[in-house]
Amino acid sequence: MATTGTEKSSRGFSGLNTYTGQWTENEIIHLLKRTMFGAKKQDVDHFKTMTLSDTINELLNPVAALPAPPVKDYTLDATVQKPDSTIAIGDTWVNDVNSDGTVNYYRRVAFKKWWMGLMVNQDRSVREKMTLFLHNHFSTESNTVDNANYVYNHHALLRSSALGNFKTLTKNITLDPGMLVYLNGQVNTATAPDENYGRELQELFCCGKGTDSQYTESDVKMAAKVLTGWRNDSAKLSSYFTASRHDTTTKQFSAFYQNKTIVGRTGATAGDLEINDLMDMIFATNEVAKYVCRRIYRWFVYYEIDASIEANIITPLANIFRTNNYELKPVLSALLNSEHFFDPAIMGAQIKSPVDLVVGMCRELNVQFQPDSDYVSNYGLWNFLVNTVSNMQQNIGDPPDVSGWKSYYQSPQFYEIWINSDTYPKRVQFTDYLCVNGYTFNGKKILVDGIAFAETLSNPGDPNVLLNDVLKYLYRIDLSASSKAQIKKDILLAGQSTDGYWTDIWNLYVSQPTNTANTTLVRNRLRDLLKYCMDLSEFQLI
Amino acid sequence: MKRRDFLKNTLPVGIMLPSIVNGMSIKAFGSTSPLLASLLMPTTETDHVLVLVQLTGGNDGVNTVIPLEFYSNYVNARTNIAIEESKVLTLTGTQKVGLHPSMTGMQTMYNEGKLKLINSVGYPQPSFSHFRATDIWMTAADSNQQLDSGWTGRYLNYEYPNFPNGYPNSTMTDPLSIQIGSVTSLALQGPAVSMGMSITNPNSFYNLINGLQDPAPNTYAGKELTFLRSMSQQTQQYATVVKAAAANVTQQAPYPAKNNLADQLKIVARLIKGGLKTRIYMVSYGGFDTHFNQADTTDTSIGNHANLLKNVSEAIKAFQDDLKFLSIEDRVIGMTFSEFGRRVKSNASGGTDHGAAAPMFVFGKNILPGVLGDTPNIPAKVTDNDNVPFQYDFRSVYASILTHWLCVKEADLQQVLLKNFQLLPIVNSATCKVVNPNQSGSLLISNYPNPFTNSTTVQFTTAGGHTLVQIMDVLGRVIKVLVDIDYPAAGNYRVPFETANLVAGVYYARFQNLTVQQVHTMVKVN
Repeated sequence: MATTGTEKSSRGFSGLNTYTGQWTENEIIHLLKRTMFGAKKQDVDHFKTMTLSDTINELLNPVAALPAPPVKDYTLDATVQKPDSTIAIGDTWVNDVNSDGTVNYYRRVAFKKWWMGLMVNQDRSVREKMTLFLHNHFSTESNTVDNANYVYNHHALLRSSALGNFKTLTKNITLDPGMLVYLNGQVNTATAPDENYGRELQELFCCGKGTDSQYTESDVKMAAKVLTGWRNDSAKLSSYFTASRHDTTTKQFSAFYQNKTIVGRTGATAGDLEINDLMDMIFATNEVAKYVCRRIYRWFVYYEIDASIEANIITPLANIFRTNNYELKPVLSALLNSEHFFDPAIMGAQIKSPVDLVVGMCRELNVQFQPDSDYVSNYGLWNFLVNTVSNMQQNIGDPPDVSGWKSYYQSPQFYEIWINSDTYPKRVQFTDYLCVNGYTFNGKKILVDGIAFAETLSNPGDPNVLLNDVLKYLYRIDLSASSKAQIKKDILLAGQSTDGYWTDIWNLYVSQPTNTANTTLVRNRLRDLLKYCMDLSEFQLI
Repeated sequence: MKRRDFLKNTLPVGIMLPSIVNGMSIKAFGSTSPLLASLLMPTTETDHVLVLVQLTGGNDGVNTVIPLEFYSNYVNARTNIAIEESKVLTLTGTQKVGLHPSMTGMQTMYNEGKLKLINSVGYPQPSFSHFRATDIWMTAADSNQQLDSGWTGRYLNYEYPNFPNGYPNSTMTDPLSIQIGSVTSLALQGPAVSMGMSITNPNSFYNLINGLQDPAPNTYAGKELTFLRSMSQQTQQYATVVKAAAANVTQQAPYPAKNNLADQLKIVARLIKGGLKTRIYMVSYGGFDTHFNQADTTDTSIGNHANLLKNVSEAIKAFQDDLKFLSIEDRVIGMTFSEFGRRVKSNASGGTDHGAAAPMFVFGKNILPGVLGDTPNIPAKVTDNDNVPFQYDFRSVYASILTHWLCVKEADLQQVLLKNFQLLPIVNSATCKVVNPNQSGSLLISNYPNPFTNSTTVQFTTAGGHTLVQIMDVLGRVIKVLVDIDYPAAGNYRVPFETANLVAGVYYARFQNLTVQQVHTMVKVN
C-alpha cells in the first residue's frame, strides 16, 4: 500500500517530469482520492485497464453534460408574501425571479442539497473537485448574497469554468451578480468608491499575500475606481454598467504593475474596456500564476511549500499556466502526471476535508440513494449530508469568509485545522451512525450495507483477503500484519483463531441468503469491521 | 528534486528567536523539546482567568465610543449615521466620550468601576485586510511580520512547555485554553500545536476510539496520523474533566435569550465555576463588517450596528453578573478586540469602510476603572481616507494583561510577545500573588563564546556534592557528559568543550546539582 519505509527511500528525486513508475491499484486509488471524492472500486477497476496518461485525460475531459439545475422540493405556507406558487414541485426555480426572503431561503437550501447530490453522484472526472476548489478560491457566502438565483448562477459559472480559462473566469466573476452583491461591487461608484472587491481581487483571487506580491494600498483604491459603475438588474438576473456612476479619471498603479496607468473612459463601453485593461495588467505579473498554482498544489497535493517545492514544482507549473494563457487543464495535467504527484512521500498526507470524508465514504461504500424520480427523498437525504459537513465546519455555499476555508491557507496547521476536539468526534459519530443506525428521511434510509460492499470484493470468504481489500480502498497507510491479525480475530472471527469460522458463515450466507440468523451474523461482523476501520485515525487520511 | 528531509517532521516546529546570530536566524526547539519540560521553572501560580471576546469584521469604534469632545466634527464626518448627542450614554466622571445608546449594560459596568475603556488601540502601518489584520491581532506580529503562533498560544507554551506530550498531568489536569465553538483560533496556536480545545456543548462528547496503533510511518502521512491520534487522545482525556466541571454547576444568573455571545459566555462562566484550571477562554461574535446601512436611516441609534452592540453589551453584563452570582468575580477579567476599527468618515451607502485604531474594553472586578488615553481627534474636514491614528499599541494591552493579571514576570514577557512593549495601567497588579522563588533565578551555567565554532568553555556554579553537566542536541539525545563529579565544596568551575565535529545548530547544556536543575542554550555556527 501507499507509504512504507522501504518505498519511501526507493525514489530519491521527484519533480514535474512525467511519472513512469508502476501503475497499480495503489497509484490509481491515490489519484482518485485526490481528484474525486473517494476511490470507488468500480472506478479503480475502470482505470486499471488504461495507462496513466489516458486516465488523466479522462479525468480532465468530462463527457457528462452539465447537470440540470436544482428543483423545488419544498412547500411553503401561505404566510409567505410572494409564495413560490408559480413553480411546480419538481420544477426548477433558477430562472424565476422572486424577492421574498423566505422563498429565497428555501431555494438556497435546495441549491445546497442539489450540489451535495451532484458530488455524491459525480461523474468520473475532476470537475466536482475543481468546482469545490473554485468555490473555495472565489469564496462567496450564499447567506450574504441572499438572492438564490444569483447563488445558483454564480455556482453554475464556477462549474462550467472548472476546467476552463482562469483569466476569463476571473473577469466573469468580477461582473457576476452574486459577487457584486457579496463584495459590494454594486454600490461601488465614482462618488462613493467601495474598495471591497478591488482589494480581494488582488489579495485573494489573483496575487495573494506572498512576499513577492507587492501591490499597494493605492492599487486597491485604483482597482476600486476601475470597477465603479456596475450594478445588478434583479429582474433580468444580470449585471449592467451605468456610465454616470463610473470614475472617469486616470488610474495610476504602482511599480508592482510597472507603473501602469489605466486611462479613464466615458460612455457605455467604459466599464468593460477598463476591466479588460485591469485584467491584462494583473495577469501580466508573474505572481498570479504562482499564487494560483500554490493554491492548486495545496488542494491536490500537500500544504507544505518549501523552497524546493517552490522552485521545482510551483515555478515550472506557473510557467505552464502563463504559457497556456491561464488555461487550467495544462496545469492540472502536468501536476497529476508528475513524478512528484506519485511520490510516496506525499501519499496519504492529506487530512480529509469534511466533504472528502462524507461524500467519499458514501461513494466508496456504495451507500444507496433513491432513483432520480424520487427527488423529494433524495433532497432530504442530501440535506442530512449538507448539515453533516456543515457541523464539521465545511458549510458548502457558505465558507467562513471571502478567503475560504482556513485549512487551505492558515499556516502552520493547514489541513489539521479541520480536526479539533469538537469536529473530530463528529466525524467518528457520523461514520458510526451510517454503519449502525442509518439516516431516514421520508421513509427512505441511507445505511452502509456491508454485505453488498463485501460482495463486490475479490474473495470475501477469505477473511485475510477481505480485510486487505477493505483496507485497500479505505486507507492509504497499510496496517501491520499483527494489527490485521488482531482485527480479523476480534471482529471477523469473533475471538476465535481459525479463518474457517468466517469462511463458513460467509459461504452459508451465499448459499442460503434467506437464513436470517446466519445472515444477521455476517451482516453484524461486516458492520463492526467497517465501523472499526473508519474509527481509526488512518481513515481520516487520503 | 532532492527528497525533502523527513527528519524535520519528527520535530516540533521551532519558535523563531528574535536574535540573529552571525546574520542567520536560529530556530530553537528549547521550549518544545521533551527533555526540557521537567527542567523549566514551575508554572506560575495564579487562579486568574482571561476571557477574550473577538468581534469579527472590524467594529466601528467611532460609533461605539462617541467622541463627545469633538461632537460637531463627528456629526460633520458622519452625517448619515451620527448618533444624536442626547442619546449618547454618558459615563460617570468624563464628558469627553460616551457609549452607543444600545450599550446600557456596559454603561452600568463602567459606572460601577468594572469596565475599562482604552482609546485608539492599534499598531503602526495598519493592515486594512480582514485576514491579515486578524492574523496580526492573533499573533501579536508587526504589520510586516508573519508569525505562525498566537500570542496566547506562546503564553501557554511558556507556562506549559512541551504540550501535549505529558499532558494532562498533576500540575495541569485541564485543557490549557478553551474556545467556545467548532473552530480554534490562531490566537491559541502554540509554536508547534494548538493549545486550544474547542467545545460547543460541554455536556456531550462523542467517544473516540483509541484502538490499534501501529507505529506512524516516517512520512508526511505519518506526521498527520500522529497529529490525529494525539487529538483523539487529548479529546477523550479532556472531555471527562470538562463534562465533570459542567456538571458541578447547576445554577447560574440569567442571560439574555437569542444572543449567541451570551450563550458562549454562559458556558465559560460555568466551566470556571465548575473548577477547571483553564486560564484562557475565547469566544467570538461576528457581523461587524458594516460597509453599508449600519444604522436606521430615520433613527441612527437603532439598526444593524446597534443590534450588534446591544448583544455584546447585554452578554458581557450578564456574564459579569453571573461571575458575581457564582462568587468567582475576583478571578476573571475579559477583553474585547476586533481586527480593526473603521474610517472616520462614513461612506455614501450609510456604512463605514475598513479603518485603523479603535477602542478596546477590558472588564472585570479587578480592572482599574476609567478611560485610558485621549479622545480620538476628529478633524473638522475629513476625507474618505482619514483614520483614527493609534495611541496605544495593542501589544501593550497584551503585555499589561500578561504581567499584571496572568502574573508573567516582566523579564519573561519577551518570550511571549517577542519584543518589549510599554505596560499600561489596566489591571490591578496587586492581584498577582508572589511567585514562588525560583531556584533557577540565578545563572548557574553559561558558556563562552556563544555562538561558537570549534570550541567553547562551559562555566557552572555548584553548591558542592554530585554535579552533572550533559550536552544535548535538539532531539534530546545526550551527546556528551562534560561533568559527573562529587565536589567536596561549593565553587565555580570551567570545562572546555570541543565542538569541531558538531553540526551547526542549537545545543543544550543541562546542569544538575542536588535538587537544582538548569538548562542553557548554546549555538554552534560554521
